[in-house]
Amino acid sequence: MSALDSIFISTEHWLAGLAPAGVRPLVSMLLIIAGLMAVFGSCFALTTILERKILGRMQNRYGPNRVGPCGLFQPLADGVKMLIKEDIVPFSADQAVHFLAPVALTAPIWLAFAVLPFGRGMSAIELDAGILFFFAIGSASELAVFMAGWSSQNKYSLLGAMRAIAQMISYEVPLVLASIPVLIAASSLSLPEIVQAQSGFVMGWIPRWNVFTPWGLAGFALFMIAAAAESNRCPFDLPEGESELIAGFLTEYSGFKYALFFLGEYLGLFAVTGLGVTLFLGGWQAPARWLEWLPSWGWFAAKFGVLIFLFIWARATLPRLRLDQLLNFAWKFLVPLALVNLFVAVAWWQSGVWQFPGALELRWLLGTGLLAGVYVWLGRALKGGKTAEHHYNYAE
Amino acid sequence: MLNEIAFYLIAGMTVACAVAAMALRQLVHCALCAAAAFAGLAVIYLQLDAEFVGFAQLLVYVGAIAILIVFAVMLTRGEEVLPGSRQSSPTWRTGVAVALVVLAGIALPVLASPSLQRLAPPAAEIPGKITGLIGVELMTRYVLPLEMIGVLLTAALLGAVVIAMREETKDKAPASSTPPPHTGGGEGRGEEVALSERD
Repeated sequence: MSALDSIFISTEHWLAGLAPAGVRPLVSMLLIIAGLMAVFGSCFALTTILERKILGRMQNRYGPNRVGPCGLFQPLADGVKMLIKEDIVPFSADQAVHFLAPVALTAPIWLAFAVLPFGRGMSAIELDAGILFFFAIGSASELAVFMAGWSSQNKYSLLGAMRAIAQMISYEVPLVLASIPVLIAASSLSLPEIVQAQSGFVMGWIPRWNVFTPWGLAGFALFMIAAAAESNRCPFDLPEGESELIAGFLTEYSGFKYALFFLGEYLGLFAVTGLGVTLFLGGWQAPARWLEWLPSWGWFAAKFGVLIFLFIWARATLPRLRLDQLLNFAWKFLVPLALVNLFVAVAWWQSGVWQFPGALELRWLLGTGLLAGVYVWLGRALKGGKTAEHHYNYAE
Repeated sequence: MLNEIAFYLIAGMTVACAVAAMALRQLVHCALCAAAAFAGLAVIYLQLDAEFVGFAQLLVYVGAIAILIVFAVMLTRGEEVLPGSRQSSPTWRTGVAVALVVLAGIALPVLASPSLQRLAPPAAEIPGKITGLIGVELMTRYVLPLEMIGVLLTAALLGAVVIAMREETKDKAPASSTPPPHTGGGEGRGEEVALSERD
C-alpha cells in the first residue's frame, strides 16, 4: 500500500532501528505505548473543548472562548488548574483505597486500546481472543467505581457508586449480546480478522460492512446505546447526577484525582467507540473503491469522529433518565431485542444459500420486519400506565 | 529466566493477596484483595499461553464474582472486625474440612489426568488458534456438559428469583413486581432539573 498508509508503522520501525539490537523489541513496544498515549491523550483534550463548544452551539450560547484563539487553549488551562488544585482527602476516608481508585479506573482502560486495529496492520498486539480481552479489561472499571464510592465514606458517593455498578452490569449484557452476531459472521474473536471479514463490496458498490445488514443495523444501534450507558454518558449519566447526588462517586475527589476520573471516563468512551467502528463500520476500510487511496487510519479516525459527535449531540439534546427507567430499559427492552437480533443474524446467515431472484430483498424484508415488529411490540408493552401525579415541594 | 522471575513475582503477589483476603479486618479490604488474587491467577493463566482461560477468569471472577462479593458485603452488615474479637467463625473446623474435601475432589482428577505425565510439552505441540479449537470442542464433543451447566445455572437463577419473590409477598399483601409508584416529595424533587451541566 502507499507510504502514507503505513507512515506510522514505518516511522516506528525507523525509530526502533536506531536503538541497539538487544533492546529493540523493548524500544518498539515503548514507542507504540507512547504513541497510543499521545494520540488518545490529545484526543481527550480536543474532545473536551469540542464538546463544550458544540454543546454551547446547540444550546444557543457561546461556550468557552477566552483562552487562546476561539478558546482553543482551554484544555491546557484546565489541565494546569487541575494540577495545582489542592488534593483534598476526607478525614474519615479509607486512605489507601481512596488513593488507588482513580488509578484502578484509568490504568485498565489504556490496556483496551492495545487490541484495537486503528489502520491496516496497526494494532499494538494481535490477540487471538482480542474482543474477549477488551470486555475482560472493561469489567475491571466496575470495581474501581465501587472503590471510589465506598472509600469516600459519604452517602452520596456510595449511592452513586451503587447506581453506577448496577448500570454497568446491566448494560454490559446488551453490549456483549449486540456484538455476538458480528463474531458469528466473522467466525473469529480477533479484531483484525473481524475487520478483514468486512472487506469487499456487495453488488460492486455497497461496502460489506456489518452495519449494512438488518442485524448489523439493529446491533449497531443497540451497541451504541449500551456503550453510552457503559461510559456513563448522558442520557445515562445519573450515577453522577449533580442535581440529586452532587456528582455521585466523584463527590470527594478533587484536583488531579478528579482529572484522572474524567480522563478515564473519556478514554472508556473512546475505546468502546473504537470497538463499535471495528465491529460494525468496517474498521479502517474505505466506504468506496475509488476512495481507497486515502490512508486506512484516516478512515478509522473519520468514523471515530462521527460517532463521538453523535455522543455529544445526544448529550446536548436528551434529558437524563430516572433509575427505574434506566434499568427497565436495559433488561426489558435492550436484552430481548439483542436476543431477537441474534436470531435474525443467524437466520440471515442461513438464508444466504437462497438463489432465486429477489432473495436478497426478501431476506432484508423478513429481517427488518421481524426486528421492527419486536421493537414496536416491546415498546408498546413497556409503555405502562400513567405514573402518579408529581408533587414538587419547592417549584410550585 | 525472565519468565521465571515474572512467574515468581506474580505468584508471590497472588499468594500475598489471598492471605491478605483472609487476614485483614475490614471486610471490603478482604473483598478487594480477593479480587486482586483472582486477577493474579488470570495473569498466571496468560503466562501459560492459556489466553481464553485467562480472559474468561478476568471477565467472570473480577468482573462478576468480585462485584457480587462486594455487593453482599455492602448489603449485609459490612462491619469492621474489632481488634481483640475473634476473626474466625466458631465453625471454622467444619469449613476447613469442606474446603479440603473440595480440594481433593478437584486435585485427584487433575493429578490422574494424562497431561500431567509429560510435564514440559514441546512448544511445537501448541496449536496457534487455541480459542477457536476450544469453541469447536465445546460445541461438538463437550456440548452435553455445557448444556447441563447451562441448565444448572438457569435453575440457580430461577431459585434466586423465587427466594427473593417470597420475601416480598410476605411483606406486602398484593405481590407486584412493578416499580413503586411515584410519591411526591423526596423522590421527585430533583427531576425538574434535568439538564446536565458539568462545565
